[in-house]
Order: sequence, then C-alpha cells, then structure tokens
Amino acid sequence: MSSDNLRQQALDARRDRRGRQAAQLAAAASGGWKVALVKIAALGLIDAIALYAILVLAAAGDWLVVVLIALVTAAVNVVYFRRGSLPAKYLTPGLIFLAVFQIFVVLYSGYVAFTNYGTGHNSTKDDAVQALILQSQQRVENSPAYPLTVVESFGELAFLVTTPEGEALLGRDGEVASPVDARFEGARAVSLEGWNSLDFAGLVANQGRITQLAVLLSEGGDDGILRTQDGNTAYVYISRFVYDEAQDAMVDTRSGELFRDVGTGAFTSAAGVELMPGWKIEVGADNFVRAFTEPSIRGPLLSVTVWTFVFAAVSVASTFILGLILALVFNDPRMASRKYYRVVMILPYAFPGFLSAMVWAGMMNQEFGFLNVVFFGGAEIPWLTNEWLAKFSVLFVNLWLGFPYMFLVITGALQSIPSELAEAAEMDGARPFQAFRLIKLPLLLVSVAPLLISSFAFNFNNFNLIYMLTAGGPRDVAAGMNAGATDILISMVYKVAFVGADRDYGLASAFAIIIFVLVGAISVAAFRRTKSLEELN
Amino acid sequence: MGSRVAAPVLDTRRSFRTYLRQTGWRHIVGIVVAVYAAFPLLYILSASLNPGGTLVTANQLFANVSIGSYIDLFNRPQQPYAAWFMNTLLIGLASAAGTVLLGALAAYAFSRMRFTGRRVGLITLLLVQMFPQLLAMVAIFLLMSTIGDIFPAIGLNTQIGLIMVYLGGALGVNTYLMYGFFNTVPTSIDEAAKIDGAGHARIFFTIILRLVAPILAVVGLLSFLGSMSEFVLASVILVDPERQTLAVGLYQFIAQETSRNWSVFAAGAVLAAILPVALFLALQRFIVGGLTAGSVK
Repeated sequence: MSSDNLRQQALDARRDRRGRQAAQLAAAASGGWKVALVKIAALGLIDAIALYAILVLAAAGDWLVVVLIALVTAAVNVVYFRRGSLPAKYLTPGLIFLAVFQIFVVLYSGYVAFTNYGTGHNSTKDDAVQALILQSQQRVENSPAYPLTVVESFGELAFLVTTPEGEALLGRDGEVASPVDARFEGARAVSLEGWNSLDFAGLVANQGRITQLAVLLSEGGDDGILRTQDGNTAYVYISRFVYDEAQDAMVDTRSGELFRDVGTGAFTSAAGVELMPGWKIEVGADNFVRAFTEPSIRGPLLSVTVWTFVFAAVSVASTFILGLILALVFNDPRMASRKYYRVVMILPYAFPGFLSAMVWAGMMNQEFGFLNVVFFGGAEIPWLTNEWLAKFSVLFVNLWLGFPYMFLVITGALQSIPSELAEAAEMDGARPFQAFRLIKLPLLLVSVAPLLISSFAFNFNNFNLIYMLTAGGPRDVAAGMNAGATDILISMVYKVAFVGADRDYGLASAFAIIIFVLVGAISVAAFRRTKSLEELN
Repeated sequence: MGSRVAAPVLDTRRSFRTYLRQTGWRHIVGIVVAVYAAFPLLYILSASLNPGGTLVTANQLFANVSIGSYIDLFNRPQQPYAAWFMNTLLIGLASAAGTVLLGALAAYAFSRMRFTGRRVGLITLLLVQMFPQLLAMVAIFLLMSTIGDIFPAIGLNTQIGLIMVYLGGALGVNTYLMYGFFNTVPTSIDEAAKIDGAGHARIFFTIILRLVAPILAVVGLLSFLGSMSEFVLASVILVDPERQTLAVGLYQFIAQETSRNWSVFAAGAVLAAILPVALFLALQRFIVGGLTAGSVK
C-alpha cells in the first residue's frame, strides 16, 4: 500500500511539474509572439531611422556623430535581443533622452561658455568669408542690363535671364547660371519648360525673396553676381571684398585695405575696424573673466544674484506665513461651508501661472490698469516701472500665486498632527497660542520643511512669473547687457541669449554655468543636512 | 475630529457676539481672502466678455456681456489661436504620455530589480533633478538648430523636437515620485504572477501598471500642465506662429498690442485656462497628495 502510495505521489508530482512547464510554455508562447512582434517592429523602425541618420551624416562628413549613433543603435539592439540584462531593457529608453537632452546639453553649455558664440559669431570662418562677399556687393558701373523673368518651380525661385548676346540662362539662387532652351518673346526669354513664369502679382507677393536671390556668373563669383531690385531687370554686382588666401585676409578692392584674422573671430583692419559677421572661436575663460571683472557686467550680475535669493526666500516665507494663517483660521470644524472657501482659494493655484502673470501685468498697468484707475482713483502709481515698486509687485503677485499651495499643504499637515497633543497641552494649562507655538509649529515645520526647500528651488528659477509680469524690467540702463531690476538669474540668461538684436550665447552660457555651480553648492549643503541619500536602499 | 462634531449642536442658540468670536470672524477672513483670490480671475472673465475692449474699458466690470471677442479670437490670421490651442494640446499630451511611459519603465527597474549601479543611478537621478533642464537653454537651442540642419523634421521649429526635449527632462523629475509609489506595491504580487508563469513584460504592463495607476495619472497630469505653461524652451524652439504654443503665442500677442486688444487676449486666456482649471479642481486631491509625496520621499 505504502509503496503504491509513494509511486502515485511521485507520478502526481511529475505530472504537476510537466503540467506547469506546459502551461508556462503556452503562456510564454501566447503572450510572447505578440510582444516579440511589437519588439521586432519597434527595433526595426529604430534601426531604419538610425541607418538613415548615419547615411545622411556620413554624406555630411560628421564621422564622430556617425560612430556615436552606430554604437548606441548597436547597444540598443544587443540589450533588447539578448536574454537577461533586464534592468537595461527598462532603463534604456529614458536614459537615451536623459543623456542627450539633459546631460549632454549641460556639458555643451560648458563648452559654449568658452566660445564667443552669438550674434556675428555664429558659424565657421568659411561661412563668414562667404557672407562678407555676398553682403558687400555693389553694382558694377556701366555694366549691361540683363532682361529677366523670375520663374518658379515647386516653391523654388530662379532667374531666367537673357544675356546681352541674346542667350538664355537659368540661374538658381547661389549657383552658376547655365544656358537653357527657353521660349523668347522679342529679345527676352519669357518662359521655360518645367518652370512657371511669375506675373506682376507673383513678383509683388515674393518681393522679399526675389531681391535676396543671387546668381553667380561664373564659379566663385569673380565675374560678378546677378541680382535684381524690380524682378524685371538683373544687373551684375561685384563684391567689394575678396578673400586673399595667401595672407588669410579680406581685401577691400577699392581702398586696398587689408582685414586680417587676428584671432578674435573677425577680420580686423590695422586701425581696429572689424568686419561683421565674424565666426565662432574658442575664447578660453574670457566670458567668465568679463562676468567677474567688467564693472558693467559684474554689477548687474551681482545685483541679479542677490535679488534671486531675496525673491525666492521672501516668496517662500510670505506664502508660508499667509498659508499658515489661513490654514489655522479654516482648520476649525465648527466653521460652516469651509469647502466653498477652499475651492475659491485654490483658484489662483489652478489657473495657469503664465496667464495669471499677464493678467496682473494688465491690472498693474500704470496708466490704464485696474489697480490705479479704480482702486487708487486715477493715481499713476508705477507698479511695474519703478525699480522698488516692481520688486514689491513681483513679490505681491507671487504671494497671490503661491499661498493656495501652502494653504493646502499646511492644512494637510495640521490635520495629521494628533489632537491629543493639543489636548494634553490644554490640560497642562497652556494658552492656545503657546500650544500652537511650542507644539504644533515645530511638528508642522518638520513635515513641511522639504516642501519649503522645493518651493525655494522652484522660485529660484521662476522664469514665467518674472518674464510675463515685468520681463525683468525696469531695465538697468547702466548695465552693459540686457538686465533689469526684477530679473532673476534664469531670466537674465534668457534675455542675454535670446532677446534683442545682440545675442551673446557665450556669455549666457557662462552665466548658466555660474548658476549651476550655485545650485550645486546649495544642494550639496542641503543633502548634507537632510541625510536623504542614506535612506536609499 | 469625530469627538468635536457635537460642539456646534450644543451652541445652536449662541448670541451673535459668541458667533462672531467663534466662527464669524473666520468667515470675514474667508470672504476677504476669497475676494483677493478670485478678483483677478473675475476681472479677466469680465474683460473677455467686452468685445473690442481695451485695458481702459476693462475697468468697468461686467458692463457689457457678449461673446464677440471669442469669435474675433479665431479670426486673426496674424495670431492663429486655434493652431496654438491644438499645438498645446498635442505637445502636452504627447509629452505627458511619453513622460509617464519612460518614468514608469525606469521606476519599475529601480523598484523591482537589484543590479550593479542601481544606487548610483538613483543618486544621479536625485542630483539631476536639482539642475533644471531650463538652465541649458542655450545649448538646447544650438543642439536643435544643428539637428535641424541635418534632419529638418526633428530639429528647430518642429513640435517633435520640442517633445523630445521635454522627454529629456522626464526621468529626472518623475522617476523619484514613481519609484516611491512602486515600492508601496507588495512584491508578493509580482512573485505570484511569476509563479503563474507571467514574464516580466506581462507583469509590468498588465499587473503593475494597473496597480500604480494613481501615480501615473498624477505624473501625466503634472507633466501635461507643466508643458502647457512652459515658455522658455517652447519660445526658443518654435519659430513660426503657426507652430507655437499658447504660452508663447499669447505672450507675443500681449507684447505686440498690450492695451489695444485686451478683450481678445482675455478671451484667449479664459479659453486656455478652462481645461487646466477643470482638471486641477477635479483632481486636486491626487495632485496635492502627489506633490507632497514626491517632495517628502
């Protein structure tokens, strides 16, 4: 009996195991083939895109990027086709984006900070030579007029010109004109197969583009360039400057003056006159040296940095205090209809912040704004245009934007403090304010401290409020750059880099690096205190 | 709190003075604060209902009620509001979906797997979080313009490009929030599923993702609201008015004609705000809970 039993058990066990294996295989097979199909399709797509990118980049000669893309694509394929390396399968997609658009760009900022990148220094030296030649063209005196028809094909505009010898030439923008077989009307070539001739309305509509077209008469443009002002006649233009390769300089053909490459990223004459555009060069620590030594930059940088800290700290403190007061006022269960107050009060937080700032900017308008006209009976108080009032206004609007958040958070924290504590204090004879100050407040601070820190960090870079409300203004006229009384660091970086005619990417990146260092120092200090790293397991 | 419920019943016949001392003054504070909070919003609503209005006429609240400005808003070739609105929705939804997916994948790996470099990875994410992507705006602009020279479809002045940039910030900000929540789902569930023969992908997509749905909603919503109000990168990357978002478009609208077409701007602002305000009010418990959890973790 017992041996039968044992045999039976062993049999059952084997059948169970077999059954389980079979079920597992079936499950893997049923769910598996769909997953596998999606996987193969996705990877195929990625590989195809990568291959296309590699071909295009190889044609452009960017070998470093080609190698990088090839390596990354190969790594992605290995990760997803190999068994195992499970964490990598889950982390790779996010890490690729993180690496390119967060980590690489920070390092790249570091590089840009050491260049003169910006308006007039945008590109390579070859491009600068090209641009100087193109922009300094002047009409050759007494040169013949070329009857012209502007033609269009698939959005591309080109010249159909008739030479003084009666030959028809087709010239695309920036290319050498070549003879074509066109249809003539009198002595003028008027149309060409495959191209539409523009009528007067077409000329007017494309006026801007047509006057920009430049067609070379010979390779290199030494024989001059055809351009038009009216779309009807083209003239030969010749550049005032030519590039002298032997001397590595631009020569002014009229005065014979030499503009040499003196290592500043622009061709410069002996008298110190620079030809613009120049080109991008590495300038070492110049931008940092300028930021710290040039008074017209150092002054604003210092005041903007101080204001950034003041703005963030006061914003946190004011919203915290108002939020705390309101949370205490409304944290009384006897009070009716608290729910409705709560909904109205969090509206400023729900309303998109950038819109609020614009609305407040309208209300604070000096001449027509609601505040001045209605509240202050027509007084023209310069809320946003006086240096100190603007600072006050920014803080005031930020209080409006930020108190609901603090109110919500503090209410939550207050309700999680056990009521026994307050009751015990009451028993011991503490007055309500004492109970609050000595018992509730310390407990509250412990739980909201991390939120205060993150609120500080948020306001440190609260670009939208500053930019939409005052745009950083009123502008500091003494400053050697675009900075104002309410600018914080991040808005100053934006304005130096992207606002106005004079963009200075190099200097803006140097500022960004300085902010990185500041933020890094603050976070190291914060980490030391919070021990949050030790909690990781 | 339950023990206090009886209190109001006891003093139903309080004198007015007692009422004022106990809760009446709280209502006074409440009304003052409610006016402070709601006034600018009422002001902009009133301005939007005043067609052809300027900053000056906007000062008479609700003197005129008509939806003319809302119609005008959609008939301005220079300021394609409808396009801005759709762009904002598209960019917001795409980057929210991408952010949720990338963040959840990474959080799952950090929460459920033990591998070399895990601790370093977590610390790195924590540090990366300290440096907002915004600071590298110059480099992002230059990178996108280089990419645009070679692949115009994903470079400068494309929405795909902007979405990709936003996704670059996805891991740093959200993985931590999600990681904390993933840890609260017991691993015994994974193990049970594994024993039943489910593979890791099936466990992740069909079991874990459903259990952490609240945090996915919070992260998706925060990311949507965040990319909706994002100005710096959107203004740098999107050049054509047709491709811009609401934040960039409306700002330029205001910058170009500050006081003249105030009512049209107001209408645009009201329409732009309806969706976020509604989402926020409906889901405020989750959002505030999520924000708090994320910061405390």
